[in-house]
Amino acid sequence: MNNIQSISVFWPELTLVITAIVVIMLDLIYSRKDSNRLKWWAIAGIVVAFWILISGFDQSAKSLFFRQVAFDPFSTFFKQLILVATGFILFVIPRTRDFANYRMGEFYTLILIMVFGMFLLVSAIDMIMVYLSLEIVSITSFILAGYMKMDKRSNEAALKYVIYGAFSSGLMLFGFSLLFGLTGYTNFHDISRELVALNGSANLALIVSAVLILAGFGYKISAVPFHFWTPDVYEGAPTPVTAFLSVAPKAAGFGVLIRFFNDVFLQLNVGDIPALPWPMIIAILSVATMTLGNLVALQQTSVKRMLAYSTIAHAGYMMMGIPILSQDGYFGIMIYLVMYMFMNLGAFFVVIAVQNRFGDDSIESFTKLGWKMPFLGVVMTVFMFSLTGLPPTAGFIGKFYLFAAVIKAGPEYYWLVFAGLINSIISLYYYLRIVKVMFLRGERVEILEYPSKTLTTLLICLAVPAIILGVYWAPIADWVRNSLILYTNTL
Amino acid sequence: MDQLQTYLIVAAILFSLGLFAVMTRRNAVAVLMGIELILNAANINFLAFARFGGMNISGQVFSLFVIVMAAAEAAVALAIVINIFNNFKSINIDEVNQLSR
Repeated sequence: MNNIQSISVFWPELTLVITAIVVIMLDLIYSRKDSNRLKWWAIAGIVVAFWILISGFDQSAKSLFFRQVAFDPFSTFFKQLILVATGFILFVIPRTRDFANYRMGEFYTLILIMVFGMFLLVSAIDMIMVYLSLEIVSITSFILAGYMKMDKRSNEAALKYVIYGAFSSGLMLFGFSLLFGLTGYTNFHDISRELVALNGSANLALIVSAVLILAGFGYKISAVPFHFWTPDVYEGAPTPVTAFLSVAPKAAGFGVLIRFFNDVFLQLNVGDIPALPWPMIIAILSVATMTLGNLVALQQTSVKRMLAYSTIAHAGYMMMGIPILSQDGYFGIMIYLVMYMFMNLGAFFVVIAVQNRFGDDSIESFTKLGWKMPFLGVVMTVFMFSLTGLPPTAGFIGKFYLFAAVIKAGPEYYWLVFAGLINSIISLYYYLRIVKVMFLRGERVEILEYPSKTLTTLLICLAVPAIILGVYWAPIADWVRNSLILYTNTL
Repeated sequence: MDQLQTYLIVAAILFSLGLFAVMTRRNAVAVLMGIELILNAANINFLAFARFGGMNISGQVFSLFVIVMAAAEAAVALAIVINIFNNFKSINIDEVNQLSR
């Protein structure tokens, strides 16, 4: 479609941009004390974008802006997921004590711009657009991670994030330049066609470029060995930002990873050219990611840092779905992302509540929490069980679909399932350690404490799906199954 | 001198130097300079392929976008480094170690 026609299906993105501009202008009018009221403008923008996305127009797969961006059910799924996660984050920001002394207008603007970048990232089908949208997401998240200017830890998080982020996007760009040199095109489908025509004559260059590109995507989903930034950034950044970074950009990273490998490299393997053993590379990285995440999480004393390692482990589980090259694998990843959003956001929101009350997130603050603040103790238990993947919680269903997809792919991937199971058992230890310190060795206290009303509501909104979806997940499964349509070029 | 290979070799050397700088330098600004070298190595690749590889104009377009993005990234990165200097009185990345490891 040409530019004018494309705009008619580009309204969700346009809504986000307009809202971002409105918010930054209103920030000039509101005083510092009132700047949190801008939250309602941002939420209104998100709601309108969501409404346009699900209702507005013809959902059939097409490409926009002269084959820069795809519009298909696959990208719409990720956009909806990102918008829901953003909505939760926007509600929790004013309830965070860390932000009490900061002006928040710019914060909301940056979140909206980041959502816009993620929208483009999940729908990009051209290397130029992938690079641009990845940088939009990265640059805004650098600022968000360092938003608390006076806080040394937040500063350090931003510095580490900017160095690793810029470095790995540089590597990815060099990989893109080699791929462009090999094929002469920047569009995924043109590249795929030219790679098949190359007929295995430039294997070394192809492997180098694929590894470099994997560095860029691997950084976004924090896969080993591009994970080094994750624990420090997640620990130092303000907790709502950490919660956001661990869900939305990770989902977007998986979206672009699936689309890139599916569009560009899939043709290479169905033919008889064993040019690039990329499924095996990703399978090995997946096992390394989950094992490292789980083993290092065992020894953490800060709950926030432990959850940072746990998000690395979860990225490893989700990567299991990519190398099997089937719709089932993508189905597993997408359903896991939905479940993961609820349980991971929930766990970080409990950390926010604990930080508001006790001032830090060490495991000592969680000791006897189940007796002092029973509500927090109960919901945290739900999230911990769900993150482990015990039935009947949402996490179990996510893991079940992922493992089932890998088993279905045949005996050569049984070792992958085995590694996943062993890792789930390892993770049981550190998740249940939190439950243990919260409930065991406590005694009755006279005055029970509760978090603020907004936080309570948000936690209920996250904890209920974390249980219900473990028993009744059919709507989610249907939604994901209908979203498994990627735009494939038929030029 | 005016063939594709020359430019690719220059780009590869720049890329390696950038990689080396990022890995060995302890000064945050020097690390950022290394990252700029990597980005410009990619730019030379794009331009050389577009000019000598008989390919279309996308290479030149891509490198223009990269220049703009590199500027934006440098702006944010230097702002963060200035903030680090205000709080830590140093821009040596080894001395910025408040977070547990």
